[in-house]
Amino acid sequence: MGSRASTLLREEEIEEIKKETGFSHSQITRLYSRFTSLDKGENGTLSREDFQRIPELAINPLGDRIINAFFPEGEDQVNFKGFMRTLAHFRPIEDNEKNKNLPASEPLNSRTNKLLFAFRLYDLDRDNKISRDELLQVLEKVDVEQKMSIRFLH
Amino acid sequence: MELFFNPFDNLLCILLGISFTVWFTLLLVFIIVPAIFGVSFGIRRLYMKTLLKIFEWATLRIERGAKEKNHHLYKPYSNAIIAKEPTSLEEEIKEIRRSGSNKDLDSASEFEMSDIFYFARRGVESIMDDEVTKRFSAEELESWNLLTRSNYNFHYISLRLTVLWGLGLLIRYGILLPLRVTLAFTGVGLLVFLTSLIGLLPNGRMKNLLSEKVHLMCYRICVRALTAIITYHDSENKPKNGGICVANHTSPIDVIILASDGCYAMVGQIHGGLMGVIQRSMVKACPHIWFERSEVKDRHLVAKRLSDHVQDKSKLPILIFPEGTCINNTSVMMFKKGSFDIGATVYPVAIKYDPRFGDAFWNSSKFGMVNYLLRMMSSWAIVCSVWYLPPMSREGGEDAVQFANRVKAAIARKGGLVDLLWDGGLKREKVKDTFKEEQQKLYSKMLVGTQEDRSRS
Repeated sequence: MGSRASTLLREEEIEEIKKETGFSHSQITRLYSRFTSLDKGENGTLSREDFQRIPELAINPLGDRIINAFFPEGEDQVNFKGFMRTLAHFRPIEDNEKNKNLPASEPLNSRTNKLLFAFRLYDLDRDNKISRDELLQVLEKVDVEQKMSIRFLH
Repeated sequence: MELFFNPFDNLLCILLGISFTVWFTLLLVFIIVPAIFGVSFGIRRLYMKTLLKIFEWATLRIERGAKEKNHHLYKPYSNAIIAKEPTSLEEEIKEIRRSGSNKDLDSASEFEMSDIFYFARRGVESIMDDEVTKRFSAEELESWNLLTRSNYNFHYISLRLTVLWGLGLLIRYGILLPLRVTLAFTGVGLLVFLTSLIGLLPNGRMKNLLSEKVHLMCYRICVRALTAIITYHDSENKPKNGGICVANHTSPIDVIILASDGCYAMVGQIHGGLMGVIQRSMVKACPHIWFERSEVKDRHLVAKRLSDHVQDKSKLPILIFPEGTCINNTSVMMFKKGSFDIGATVYPVAIKYDPRFGDAFWNSSKFGMVNYLLRMMSSWAIVCSVWYLPPMSREGGEDAVQFANRVKAAIARKGGLVDLLWDGGLKREKVKDTFKEEQQKLYSKMLVGTQEDRSRS
């Protein structure tokens, strides 16, 4: 009954995630709500089984590979920060971000990082090898920013 | 010493005796007698209106408290967070390819590396928000209804609100709960006792009439035991003999709600314990369909018993919940086709609970039955609307599955629920691999299909 309230996100954590991923406050709280509802074990982390319980993801031909993208090398649990970091790749690029000169570290939802995410879906054994030239040639004119972004309602 | 205590004892006994008598008289007059005759004083509706005003006030206070501290409120995620494009696999992939090359689309062809974008985005969209998993947990509310179980903004409660909450707690557990438990026991006890009595009568019109009256009366007492405030719409469409009544399933209380307004033959598995006792005595008064555990798996046997019952026009309409499991009342999930295959007229019923007063959804993985009933009896009230839809029959050329989907769509539309094709069994089981293969087939058909076009041109 009170388990959700006790693991409520602290303001400092929300600020950290905001800085790192660029999500807004309400998006973070909503996604946290989603995270806790997927976390059936109620231990603050998600395992691969928690993802596989989503039917729409289970029938996606790339489902398993997408799930893998959430888990860093060799780990079986992902916490909320890791969850958000991966989801951040799909945040749309806002206009004011496009015009910024390259900041100290590239934002997670930049064109390059979106491409990197898609690349990793192909690179199953994570040895960074698929024919690079081929990929670049094909993707040169594709509107990566739009096709690899999810439209948020807030 | 004895002399000193005695008068005091006597006084205490007298006081207790008087309060019990008063208590029971009030109970009788205001609750049991109306239940017997099916009338209502309107007390419950007044209660409902008062509660609503208090809840609004409570929500405003919390919002004010949050603003003062300059914080954001925790918002429930049942409101959509992302906008999903309803485009199909083909359209999206064509678009991705179109922007990537200047080639003419018809001759576009094999697999392209950029196709992966579509699947990746869809996959991550479903991680952020999917249609199925949220149906198996209680709906979250924007306003607070003074139950701690549904509040996630603890930090912003002022003193006044806490006092009100405490008062609410006292009223609910101290007054309402004992009252309701007493009523529940009365209702169930009367049901068992009277139906067993009626079972002794010879079969005939008298028996059926009495059985109807007794069932209705006991269910009405149970309705009051839950303080259920029910609004029935379109009663002219009430199910008739020889038909099957189907409804969406949210909790075991659905049965009590429907059965207090009409007489049905119940279908189900025979349980042990108290449930079993109730079931066995009910079937003495009028024919219900109870299955032994072993018989449940045999689909033919089940279908045969149902169709035998339906063909006998003197028997009551059957009540069935085709979803097979409890869903959280925001959507209607796949209907099992068994009851639509029998060829009887189907009377659909839509049940929608008002979540502001107490969430009626039974999350069987979280709470057992007794725990659930206690939670129900210690909520403020259970408010719901029941719509009787016009009867439907299977049309020529329709198979059982299509018929089931048609009925489901009608129920979802009337009740304002989302119509889903997913199986409620996904609550506990994983998706079958065949569904994944379907998706793969769709994609490969698209690839192969364009090759055919190419060879043609």
